[in-house]
Amino acid sequence: MFYRPMFRFVPDGTKIRFMNGRFAGLITSAVLSTASIILFFYPGLNLGLDFRGGVVLQVQTPQAADFPALRTALANAGLKDASLQAFGHGANGVLISLESRDSAAATQTSIQEAETALDKAAPGSKILSTQAIGASVSHQLFAQGLEALGLSFAMILAYIWFRFEWQFAVGAVATLLLDTTKAIGFMVLTRIPFDLVTIAAILTIIGYSTNDKVVVYDRVRENLRKYKTMPLRELIDLSINETLNRTLGTSGTVFLAALPLAMFGGHALSGFAWIMLFGIVVGTSSSIFIAAPILLFLGEQRLRRSAAPVKVTGK
Amino acid sequence: MLYFSRAKTFGILLLCGLGILLSLPNLSARPSFWPGFLPWNQVHMGLDLRGGSYLLLQIDTGAIAKQDLNALVDEARQTLRNAGLGYTGLHADLANNQVVLHPLEGQGQQAMAALQKLITYTPGSSSPSVALAQAPDGSITIAIPPATQATRNSQAVDQAITIIQRRIDGSGVLNPSIQRQGQDQIVVQLPGISDPERVKTLIGTTAHMTFQMVDATAPPGPVPPLGDEQLPMSGNPQQTLDVYANVAVDGASLENAQASTDPQSGQWVVNFSLNALGARQFADVTTANVGKLFAIVLDGKIIEAPVIREPITGGSGQISGNFTAQSATDLALLLRAGALPAPLNIVEEQSVGPELGADAIRAGALALGAGFVLVLAFMATFYGLFGWFANVALVMNLFLMLAILSVMGATLTLPGMAGILLTLGMAVDANVLINERVREEVKNGRKPLAALEAGYKRAYGTIIDSNVTTLLAHVTLFIFGSPPVRGFAVTICAGIVTTMFTATVLVRLITGRWYISRRPASLPV
Repeated sequence: MFYRPMFRFVPDGTKIRFMNGRFAGLITSAVLSTASIILFFYPGLNLGLDFRGGVVLQVQTPQAADFPALRTALANAGLKDASLQAFGHGANGVLISLESRDSAAATQTSIQEAETALDKAAPGSKILSTQAIGASVSHQLFAQGLEALGLSFAMILAYIWFRFEWQFAVGAVATLLLDTTKAIGFMVLTRIPFDLVTIAAILTIIGYSTNDKVVVYDRVRENLRKYKTMPLRELIDLSINETLNRTLGTSGTVFLAALPLAMFGGHALSGFAWIMLFGIVVGTSSSIFIAAPILLFLGEQRLRRSAAPVKVTGK
Repeated sequence: MLYFSRAKTFGILLLCGLGILLSLPNLSARPSFWPGFLPWNQVHMGLDLRGGSYLLLQIDTGAIAKQDLNALVDEARQTLRNAGLGYTGLHADLANNQVVLHPLEGQGQQAMAALQKLITYTPGSSSPSVALAQAPDGSITIAIPPATQATRNSQAVDQAITIIQRRIDGSGVLNPSIQRQGQDQIVVQLPGISDPERVKTLIGTTAHMTFQMVDATAPPGPVPPLGDEQLPMSGNPQQTLDVYANVAVDGASLENAQASTDPQSGQWVVNFSLNALGARQFADVTTANVGKLFAIVLDGKIIEAPVIREPITGGSGQISGNFTAQSATDLALLLRAGALPAPLNIVEEQSVGPELGADAIRAGALALGAGFVLVLAFMATFYGLFGWFANVALVMNLFLMLAILSVMGATLTLPGMAGILLTLGMAVDANVLINERVREEVKNGRKPLAALEAGYKRAYGTIIDSNVTTLLAHVTLFIFGSPPVRGFAVTICAGIVTTMFTATVLVRLITGRWYISRRPASLPV
């Protein structure tokens, strides 16, 4: 442990024929992504407060929260749309959500009504946090979030295009789209709310996943120069095997870093962390089973056509 | 690659030392020996960690336009009357932001000429105050051009910011931050407040006060006579009074207001005093109306309507409206600070209590500690000695990140803590790449020194490529993100920069020193 490494993920000279599984990989991925797109439309994402608008109060009741009594009290106060949810470790935490109101003033009034009702139904309750987002702001935030997502895609595409041949860029971006759709499917299934923080998580996954593809592609490019006559299929297999320890090593460290966040990060961050964990697994496998086969299909003719050295940088 | 000149080594160590020094402000109190030329900056805790309120306010631009149009109607009426010209159908057209009127037959030209004097230019603005136009059917429109309206809105936002600043300063909240955002929004951040409702009321109240006479002759019923308005009592909205729409004294003439207790009744009251103009108006109206009811109106609600017992000529008075100590103090503060130019709406609110913030810090610190230990253990297990070198760099990385964030005065949010954690996980990627590369070179039969040299050299391109893509993704996030997410993007971007230094340069220095002192026959890979 102090001088020599104790373990390796895969022994030296591993030669897994990944490209034999290229159809299986692509089909599995296509099926999962299609399913995710269907899930996106039905039942749809669980929009977080940022994008849906409305009010969420985090409340701590003095005794174990009596949900039916609270629900009745809120309904009597005219807040029929109030939905209650337990949170935190004890039985004292309650999340009260209200739907978006027509005007900012009405939203503020509904907060006051909820607080008054709460004081009556469970005297001594503490409001730990209040979040209120008006309809216009939620639309603005939603547009901003999607803008950030789209722009990131474009910038990554531009960078890879600039640094590699276009086949690599297409492969990377197609894989990223597949990864992102799966992350969305995951969010629909787990009901993790879609908000600005989860957009940050998706962007991080995209950055991380690209990083992973870049490492594999870098090796492919290097091997293209090194083994001028090796068929592309074998060459890609070789490159993946050579970088396998690194791929698993980096995924391992990021996974280990995000794991405690998912477990102890609390209400606000666990959703973020679960998406990260999911994205790491998907991003790592897609580098091997998706990005590489796409490169094989696109590059079979072009990247190997001549014995002349392949251009190294840029288009 | 592995040999560093004395100067270079010194430079690297100096940078590391500076990093530790500049991150100290976050870890301890300021020591007495701290040199004056070094900044003593801490990372700011975001509101989600330390507790407090974030409010996004939007100014009601519709109300501003309405005020301006109503003023314009008055001006147009006055102008035409002074010129001795007749007109019909003078009204404000809110939808098109203009005033419309029909001059009498044959007076169109003269009316246009008279109204020309409404067009003025404010210094520094190329856009006229109003634009005049005559339609083929003879009607005249006086429109407020969009550019002028935008300037007006912008001025109103500036004015509102000044007034909010005064109100918050008066309420005893420490370190508030009030900034404009975009055309018509204001961001207010109030760290550490325990009662967000009170501050929301303080900020959200327009506090436009007027003194209006009650119309005792108005017949009872829901429709007030012409020239009157029906206003609810603030204590009991069902009860209404008809008052003359004509304002006797405007709250803008208030000079001072203080809360105190009335010596006779022991109740809380607000004492106010008026400036010279206000005092004269007040004296005139109270002298002329002894024995009648006089309404004190705040934002369209009557606080109280006392009987005028005698003329009040001293320019000061008292408002008593069933106040508590808090509500009297707050009303006095609102009156002192002045009225907002237009209503402000709270379109977004994030308030976090101090307990929750402390919980969040505890959870974040626990996750950070656990993740850190796991990554260290992983590197040690899988990469042995070189893993430990990477671990030393990782600890250094944490200090450098903290130093950069402190010097920038960046704000650490809960997502920001997640960002630090992820950076730690990704930082060792560079070392993983290098170590794997060195290992391959050893397998290809290179001698230790050559293997190390080649390993570092070959891994560089990949390290740069992968870090640039991550950096790009997060710079966009920073530009487009909301404050908490921005905190995340900042930590990741700072982390990438420090990682490039620690994971490559610093580890290379350590490895080089180790190799030169030991001259090992084989590498532990």
